[in-house]
Amino acid sequence: MSMLQLHDVVKVYGEGPTEVRALRGVNLSVDAGAMVAVMGPSGSGKSTLLTIAGSLEEPTSGEVLIDGAPLRQMSRSEKSRLRRRTVGYVFQDFNLLAGLTAAENVALPLELDGVAARKARAAGMRVLKDLGLGDRASRFPDQLSGGERQRVAIARAVVGDRRLLLADEPSGALDSANGDAVMRMVHAACARGVAAVVVTHDAQLASWADRVVFLRDGRVSDQTAPADPESLLTPGP
Amino acid sequence: MSVRHALLALLSEGPKYGLQLREEFEARTGEVWPLNVGQVYTTLQRLERDGLVESDGSADEGPQKGFRITAAGEEELAGWLRTPPDLSSPPRDELVIKVLVAARLPGVDVHEVIQTHRRYLVQLMQQWTRIKEEDDGHDVALGLAVDAELFRLDSVTRWLDAADGRLLRAAAEGPPPPAATPPLPPLRRRTGMRHSARHG
Repeated sequence: MSMLQLHDVVKVYGEGPTEVRALRGVNLSVDAGAMVAVMGPSGSGKSTLLTIAGSLEEPTSGEVLIDGAPLRQMSRSEKSRLRRRTVGYVFQDFNLLAGLTAAENVALPLELDGVAARKARAAGMRVLKDLGLGDRASRFPDQLSGGERQRVAIARAVVGDRRLLLADEPSGALDSANGDAVMRMVHAACARGVAAVVVTHDAQLASWADRVVFLRDGRVSDQTAPADPESLLTPGP
Repeated sequence: MSVRHALLALLSEGPKYGLQLREEFEARTGEVWPLNVGQVYTTLQRLERDGLVESDGSADEGPQKGFRITAAGEEELAGWLRTPPDLSSPPRDELVIKVLVAARLPGVDVHEVIQTHRRYLVQLMQQWTRIKEEDDGHDVALGLAVDAELFRLDSVTRWLDAADGRLLRAAAEGPPPPAATPPLPPLRRRTGMRHSARHG
């Protein structure tokens, strides 16, 4: 079941001599439970792809479907409801609120969506426990390590019934062990049925994905074949 | 990977049987380097010949033969641990040569060549990461061995990214004057020197 589909998506900024064609016809499909990494040099259109997939920007042409529903046919309020309930974002710099505990940060999107505080907290605690952060729930962001903060940000992005996780360089500022912990958590979210798109220029980060898509000059230029871990443990010819 | 020194390290913990040595070697290297039993015994024979290990002469050759490290073996091991591996001379890198050739060959899209290698490397990295992921982070030896492989492959992908960018910038700036073209002959000379040094 495809959670996110991009059909021939084009995005042009400006016009005339200042025109920039950020995306030139991108096709991409991400199934529920799958993690796709998008790699490419700066200027290849990675971040534009993510903002369009998350309905933060509209494509110039082409179609985006989230959970089968075309964004083009949605009203402004339908789109913002989709962003509150279905899509979660993770950025490099965490964006946690300093005055709230981890559990309160995670519950916040639900409360903003009108869920009663107690119910929202319960859902927040549930996802923190599911993702192995139950013992950090009552800590404030400045009492957490960088890696823990980013894991809380991922918990917040998938709280409630969010089924599409969009991440921009989620472990960019972290060391290798913390980066691993963050990516294990994205995997745990995918195991719960979340579809994840991770944009990165870091091959180690991308290597956690089921599929790596390479973007170049606003087009998908290439992608990896499915992985076969057994082939590494058997001696070569 | 020095099987010889890895076996000395295992024996420095106490006397062990041949079969035990093989099992422990594989466990400690996260089973990333499979070792055949013949390799273990050949290496043990050489270590014994060089006076670095002793065996209990009573038992026959086989998995039940016991070995212990000698004082000379301890000394050899201590020296090896602190001797830097040879990283000073650049390896004769086949990938670098392929990209250099592709960049100059008419009718070849060097960026397509680079992407082919980049995709292959990322696929390899996906396979290593899958192994790390399946272990759940408990096997420290496996984590270390897999990280070493991932960092090595990562450095190659970074070089490909840098090469890609450098070639794009060079193309945008137009063809360089002939004198500025990096000459190939020194490269041949250097690899030739290494080649002959290795066999000389």
